[in-house]
Amino acid sequence: MTLRDTIYRLLGLQPASATTARERLQLVLAHDRSDLNPELLEQMRREILEVVSRYVEIDLDEVDVSLETEDRVTALVANLPIRRAKAVAQPGVKATISLGVKGAGLAAGNAPSSPEPELASSAEATSDGATAAEAEQPAAQAIQPEPAAETASLEGSESLS
Amino acid sequence: MTPHRTRNILICSGKGGVGKTTLTANLGIALARQGVRTAVLDADFGLRNLDLLLGLENRIVFTAQEVLAGSCRLEQALVKHKQEPNLALLPAGNPRMLEWLKPEDMQAIVGMLAPSFDVVLIDCPAGIEDGFKNAVSAAQEAIVITTPEVSAVRDADRVIGLLNIHGIKPIQLVLNRVRPKMMANQEMLSVNDVTDILALPLLGLVVEDEQVIVSTNRGEPLTLSGSGSPAAQAYTNVARRLQGEDVPLPDPAKMGRGLRAKLRRLIKTKIFRQQ
Ligand SMILES: Nc1ncnc2c1ncn2[C@@H]1O[C@H](COP(=O)(O)OP(=O)(O)OP(=O)(O)O)[C@@H](O)[C@H]1O
Ligand SMILES: [Mg+2]
Repeated sequence: MTLRDTIYRLLGLQPASATTARERLQLVLAHDRSDLNPELLEQMRREILEVVSRYVEIDLDEVDVSLETEDRVTALVANLPIRRAKAVAQPGVKATISLGVKGAGLAAGNAPSSPEPELASSAEATSDGATAAEAEQPAAQAIQPEPAAETASLEGSESLS
Repeated sequence: MTPHRTRNILICSGKGGVGKTTLTANLGIALARQGVRTAVLDADFGLRNLDLLLGLENRIVFTAQEVLAGSCRLEQALVKHKQEPNLALLPAGNPRMLEWLKPEDMQAIVGMLAPSFDVVLIDCPAGIEDGFKNAVSAAQEAIVITTPEVSAVRDADRVIGLLNIHGIKPIQLVLNRVRPKMMANQEMLSVNDVTDILALPLLGLVVEDEQVIVSTNRGEPLTLSGSGSPAAQAYTNVARRLQGEDVPLPDPAKMGRGLRAKLRRLIKTKIFRQQ
């Protein structure tokens, strides 16, 4: 480790290389363990979007579907910011869906505890269509301990009624 | 009296060159010294090395190949270690064996070893291809060895997945070539990082030790002389833990004597806490 590295790290400007190694490993193992190649993941992403888009209008630029792993349990995490519900054409609604799916962890591992799926909503968005501040918050990434649980939790800023 | 049951233990890693054969040789000797009748089986038919690490290369007459072909008896192929008669090596045959060797052949070999041994250590080839599949088919439990490096850990993870599919249990971890100073400076994945990521119980922690190379030069595993080198102790402790003995694991953080490590700890506690 060079002196420069040491100083940078002590000042908190650069993470230790072990930290970087751990983060990179966790990411690559999430993919390895699920045995999903990027192509399949992309296909799944498109299909998920297709289904969700039937019900709500999604902010396509902000969509993020990724794999996360912990304790040999892999979770598919999808962040799908919603512009508005389709049925009720109400402008200015923006919410974030987080989809947690228990993945194909090969070993028995403790699934991380997670909150119950919930449908939380609050009336924060302005009626003129401006984005509510709360809608910018990253969605909680729920990882469901139940096998085959597919729960969409809506953590939004506006009632979708 | 409980019926005799042989433990067939696979030593594997995925990535090559992380220390499987060194572990097999040292663990074999250490177990033998502890009174366990141990056979080491070289399942790396492509690149056999176990004979060399044990210093037995000049005493090989027959191999697993002749045993399987029925052209010699098992006892004729087994090479007994002179200083540690509790240890015997079953050498790997010709690399061309790879073309026809099947899982059933490996099972037949360990089946033949079972009556005379308490433990059979199977030195697995690198990779996850046929050589690995043959070796894993003969084992019930496994020791996965890795170094604290991203590529080795990734490959270990892959292998653990396959071991799970084969129903291998228990699977335990040996972390090799640990450099306490680098760990203390957070320049190397920590022990917890690796055990958390792989979700395996830790069976042993072997530091980077020059004596390992010296011992391979001589063909005398470190555990043979009962030398006090750090790696020798680590391998001996692996053997004891494998026998169910409760031997505490060393804390690599306490091994770190680097100035930077001390500085880092000092700064972390004295400055950042105040925020
Ligand atoms: N703790 C250690 N300290 C220093 N050197 C080590 C240590 N462990 C292993 N080595 C060295 O690493 C090299 C590879 O070791 P070894 O042959 O046991 O690995 P392997 O996993 O069996 O390799 P392969 O996949 O080719 O069969 C050897 O040169 C060995 O001396
Ligand atoms: Mg080897």
